[in-house]
Amino acid sequence: MTGSVHSALMPQAAAALTTYHATGIQDAAGLLLAFPLAGAAILLLGGKRTNSWGHYVGVAMPLLAFAYGVAAYVQMLGYPAAHRSRELTLYQFIDVGRFQVPLGLQLDQLSICFVLLITGVGSLIHIFAVGYMSHDPERRRFFGYMNLFLAAMLLLVLGNNYLALYAGWEGVGLASYLLIGFWQYKDSAAVAAKKAFIANRVGDVGLSLGIMLMFAQFGTVTFQGVFAAVPSASHGVVTAIGLLLLLGACGKSAQVPLQSWLLDAMEGPTPVSALIHAATMVTAGVYLIVRSAPIFDLTPDARLAVAIVGAVTLLFGAIIGCAKDDIKKALAGSTMSQIGYMMLAAGLGPAGYVFAIAHLLAHGFFKAGLFLGAGSIKHEMNEEVDMRRFGGLAKVMPITWVTFGLAYLAIIGIPPLSGFFTKDPIIDAAFAKGGTSGALLGTAALIGAGITGFYMTRVMLMTFHGERRWDDTVHPHEAPPVMTWPMIVLAIGSVFAGGLLIVDNRLLNFLGPVTGVPPTRHGLWTWSGIVALALVVVAFGIAYALYGRREIPVTAPAGSPVTVAARKDLYGDAINEGLLMRPGQWLTRLSVFFDNRGVDGLVNSLAAATGGSSGRLRKLQSGFVRSYALSMLVGGVLLVGALLLVRL
Amino acid sequence: MVSPAHFIALSVILFVIGAVGVLVRRNAIVVFMCVELMLNAANLAFVAFARMHNGLDGQLIAFFVMVVAAAEVVVGLAILTSIFRARRSASVDDANLMKY
Repeated sequence: MTGSVHSALMPQAAAALTTYHATGIQDAAGLLLAFPLAGAAILLLGGKRTNSWGHYVGVAMPLLAFAYGVAAYVQMLGYPAAHRSRELTLYQFIDVGRFQVPLGLQLDQLSICFVLLITGVGSLIHIFAVGYMSHDPERRRFFGYMNLFLAAMLLLVLGNNYLALYAGWEGVGLASYLLIGFWQYKDSAAVAAKKAFIANRVGDVGLSLGIMLMFAQFGTVTFQGVFAAVPSASHGVVTAIGLLLLLGACGKSAQVPLQSWLLDAMEGPTPVSALIHAATMVTAGVYLIVRSAPIFDLTPDARLAVAIVGAVTLLFGAIIGCAKDDIKKALAGSTMSQIGYMMLAAGLGPAGYVFAIAHLLAHGFFKAGLFLGAGSIKHEMNEEVDMRRFGGLAKVMPITWVTFGLAYLAIIGIPPLSGFFTKDPIIDAAFAKGGTSGALLGTAALIGAGITGFYMTRVMLMTFHGERRWDDTVHPHEAPPVMTWPMIVLAIGSVFAGGLLIVDNRLLNFLGPVTGVPPTRHGLWTWSGIVALALVVVAFGIAYALYGRREIPVTAPAGSPVTVAARKDLYGDAINEGLLMRPGQWLTRLSVFFDNRGVDGLVNSLAAATGGSSGRLRKLQSGFVRSYALSMLVGGVLLVGALLLVRL
Repeated sequence: MVSPAHFIALSVILFVIGAVGVLVRRNAIVVFMCVELMLNAANLAFVAFARMHNGLDGQLIAFFVMVVAAAEVVVGLAILTSIFRARRSASVDDANLMKY
């Protein structure tokens, strides 16, 4: 009886899911990978011949994949909730004795959410990029990489085992490297690409070790096999796997302590930033945690670590976002912060998984909208990104202003836009966790919401309002339709996505079988939501007083120590340098010294000793037969003497 | 009465004469003869012990030694003649090209 009473109050973990074979349209799920892969192949292998029409292929492939995704989604809706998880095998990926890894795809409620987000928002970004990259001679190569990015991300979310996920994971890392460093003739871009790649590798070590641990313990890497075996594993092993997966997620999702690459990743063309921040890449970490829900359900310690990482990052990113004058970097700080919310929610277990995904989907819309808006401004302002040189753009770029503004209202959580619906449940769930940790996490999320209101208002005011501060050399006007339409669609999504997902528990009912069901919420207005809204209003007031009423100096003022620290990414790079790079360099120097003096010294002196003694010994080979005879005689006598001595 | 000790003493004397000859003489022919002397000293000891123990083993070994000595002389003298032809000298000290 007690169980049923509790079930209404306590979050429920997902029941073990049976997976069925895909039929009908879903049987061709390989097309989801094939479309963008074919696009990448045509554009990258086709070379300059495809220059004139390449971008059409680049746009068509994600659109086709999106159309297929919608068809598969419609078919899924036709099944009863417990029968929606479908899988199919593409081919045998690894076939070694008892170790079998089929490259299987899994279409279930969670992966279809990601498929629709990746292909849908991804397509819009591709369309935008047609206009944005129109003057770039390498536009074809750009679209090839973008399609590759989508293909890798789709493999990541569609794979039905951790190895396929890992392959997609690495593909995403490669594609992001290629795209961040797309303008590789710029030193900063090349360095940023390398930085992103290396920071991601650190996370990948965690993920690969986690997968190896799974294989060592359970002998399988498929989701079903691992999740079936996890309950019988020891608590230490499960926690270790959870923490290793968290390390992987930290790298890909730019969470503290592996956050440093995300801000530098702004060196890539703006559509890339939009793709990385909204549709692909940084959402992969959240996907990994939510997908591994059956593992994290069993280890509260690892879950708490996830939540703490999320809470720390959401404050970390928000503080950085407040100080950046580069519009893209301010938005990048905001992404870190929002992904922090998702990680926090994912760390709350079944109480938060659904809200993590809801916020992720809504974030996909408004963050893509914000980045495309920033891209459109950058495009019109001769690649200028310093907000101190913007100002008053609302009059000259009205469409960008409206779309950016709607996404802005969505991200700070003004009802009834998306952010309000998706962020508040996370704060609420954090407080509902109870205990000191729940109170701390919830407070962090609340403060984060306030800071979000501040820095986004700052971006808004510095960019679109006040006096114009740009030179006479730039003549900004509205971007062409190919760029504005995706922004308009994303703005509509930013407005409605959150409400559509959360009201009537739509996403919850849809995802429930995979992620578990959080406790029932009563109404949309909770006290935490009201406090968060009040904080946002106060933050808006402060930001307006600082940036709306006063004139903004073109050169940045010195600022308080906090501002200085935030401008330097809260010393993330300095910490990495001091904690990892310098000791690493000392270690290599020490190793080189030890190698030169120790190992080489030992080997070299041994060789010298052998050489020297043989040089002396060879003088015995005099060529005089009689001296040989003498040594033979002496030897014989000694031998006989020795034999006599031991009486043999 | 000639005891085995006498034979052994003679054998030792012959062996030492041979060994000293090998070490001090330069002429290859003489060195050869000294080697033969040592071999025969060994033979004498074998045969003496064989008689002392009333066995045939030692005598058998003596035959083997003779065969080996004969073979050695054949090969050795052939080498010696060719060296003499090339260098016009039978001194073992002159044939010292193979050295460090």
